[in-house]
Amino acid sequence: MTAPASPTKVRGETILSVDNVMKHFPITQGVLFKKHVGAVKAVDGVSFELRRGETLGIVGESGCGKSTLARMLMRLETPTSGTATLEGQDLFKASGSELRRLRRNMQMVMQDPYTSLNPRMTVGDIIGEPFEIHSDAAPKGSRRKRVQELLDLVGLNPEHINRYPHQFSGGQRQRIGIARALALHPEIIVCDEPVSALDVSIQAQVINLLEQLQDELGLSYIFIAHDLSVVRHIADRVAVMYLGKIVEIGTEDEIYERATHPYTQALLSAVPVPDPEVRHERNIIRLTGDVPSPADPPSGCRFRTRCWKAQDICAREEPLTVSRAADPHPSACHFAELRPTVA
Amino acid sequence: MTDAVIQPTPASATPEGGHLLEVRDLHVEFRTHEGVAKVINGVSYHLDAGETLAVLGESGSGKSVTAQAIMGILDSPPAHIRSGQILYQGRDLLTQSEEQRRQVRGKEIAMIFQDALSALNPVFPVGWQIGETLRTREGMSRADARRRAIELMDLVKIPAAERRIGDYPHQFSGGMRQRVMIAMALALNPKVLIADEPTTALDVTVQAQIMDLLADLRQELGMAMILITHDLGVVAGVADRIAVMYAGRIVEHADVRSLYRAPAHPYTKGLLESIPRLDVKGQELATIKGLPPNLMRIPSGCPFHPRCPYVQQVCVDVVPHSLVLGDGRTSECHFAQEVLDDSAR
Repeated sequence: MTAPASPTKVRGETILSVDNVMKHFPITQGVLFKKHVGAVKAVDGVSFELRRGETLGIVGESGCGKSTLARMLMRLETPTSGTATLEGQDLFKASGSELRRLRRNMQMVMQDPYTSLNPRMTVGDIIGEPFEIHSDAAPKGSRRKRVQELLDLVGLNPEHINRYPHQFSGGQRQRIGIARALALHPEIIVCDEPVSALDVSIQAQVINLLEQLQDELGLSYIFIAHDLSVVRHIADRVAVMYLGKIVEIGTEDEIYERATHPYTQALLSAVPVPDPEVRHERNIIRLTGDVPSPADPPSGCRFRTRCWKAQDICAREEPLTVSRAADPHPSACHFAELRPTVA
Repeated sequence: MTDAVIQPTPASATPEGGHLLEVRDLHVEFRTHEGVAKVINGVSYHLDAGETLAVLGESGSGKSVTAQAIMGILDSPPAHIRSGQILYQGRDLLTQSEEQRRQVRGKEIAMIFQDALSALNPVFPVGWQIGETLRTREGMSRADARRRAIELMDLVKIPAAERRIGDYPHQFSGGMRQRVMIAMALALNPKVLIADEPTTALDVTVQAQIMDLLADLRQELGMAMILITHDLGVVAGVADRIAVMYAGRIVEHADVRSLYRAPAHPYTKGLLESIPRLDVKGQELATIKGLPPNLMRIPSGCPFHPRCPYVQQVCVDVVPHSLVLGDGRTSECHFAQEVLDDSAR
């Protein structure tokens, strides 16, 4: 790793530690006397660590719980159980001024730049809004200047401070969302599908901006996306989620070159590669069926209903996300093994 | 009512050497109170029996509007077809009456859409919706339509079709809903299937299932397909030929292999270089600078010139013609040969 940015902020040290987080949404019946009849286990025991200055990619199909996880980290959703330690404090137990202080250190960029910006506010008001709550971050007189600096930082014209969101294109709006997230000098930014609503030629511009900001400001990203190619490009480490659990986690190389979980392998092989020459050479795994309902997940291994390796033990015993003999990175499969040329 | 009653024009099958479907120099504009947006500016492409043509473009490039013009489902106003021809088996659809077009729609050319949930009616069972065209167009009885709907659901590989025929769209997963929509489109055995971003709303593993299904069906039923997409990866997997659209024009047209090996238009080249790839760990991504044009104020000359690294004075002044580059490839660029040579290196 490179030299530390400052004595207390060592690149590579753990900055956020998430332990066994769960979110169960209750399913109720009846109107007046609501009876709990079950729970949608959107996130069901997720643990990971985020290191300073790195990008942790979280991939998975829709309904795997990746966005719920992000919302919990931002405290937009209250977890059912689990802890998340930031600056030595449990993010989920914090309240009042303590929570406000912790939130300052962790900001979010949303997926849809069309609905995540208030159409009645000017860009200056949108980016400056965090200063209303955290008034010590920028004294009143200097706010306008600070907003203009932020606009410049994300590659927008500082003179456009009085424009409204509709006067900007999708890619520019996403830059506004990024500027807003940067306003309070956070160390962690949670990006929930930040480029999936953008056109291909604009995606690359925003990805490059995120990488450049990381280098300049030493940010740590939690980068949630369903596009595995984008995640490979930007992430240092990658966690693969399936039905509310992390099934495999490792460095970008370990996941993309040496995946041992069958779900990761299937996911990777299903990504269309933009090269007609290799399409016949690729060894594509076709998964059958759909993701089961998170209200009633399969017993044992949750992937077993779609897995070609499934045996009796998979229904009986839930595989733990631990290092496997095939490759020393955590993988939740009883039969973890390498598979040649997945990607 | 049978289809024999109304025959578009008598006894004119596909003329010798003609294409199954051909769009010729189509111009479409949207007249709004803010001004006139020139959405399609001279699009020509053709489709032969049994082949797959991919139409690739970003939002606003006009790829879906062209398809809607073929189907005759453009909302007008605001859309207005200024000029051009859409020839199906040699007959110009644009000069036909609404009733004649209705006979083509579904039976000759059918379409599936991106968002199956909003394309299906939430208050009718799927079997009823699949059978609807059969009842109204083929005059089938309810029982026959139901039987055929089950066959169609089997064809698109919906498990337990007989049991699920009475289910409503919300009871199906995204992938299964897309299959229902494909079954609806296939009900009248069309010769051409237009698929408008059929997998964009789906997860990768389901996307792979649907693309496989479409490829199988095309082969089984001998359909020709127009695949509209923005995803360069999806195109590489299934298409024979590819037409790249930008600002309402086809800027490059080639067979898939040649185009990916060496693009001949700066826009295509930029697109291919700017996508992160799963099989290559990239450095910084190349980008196309700037933004797609506002269709109410399309730049002079070549519409791509403000974003183009090859730009010269001629690009600002003169709209480039479609340059033929051999192998039937075309590129609307003044410097097509140079771009091609650069890409081939």
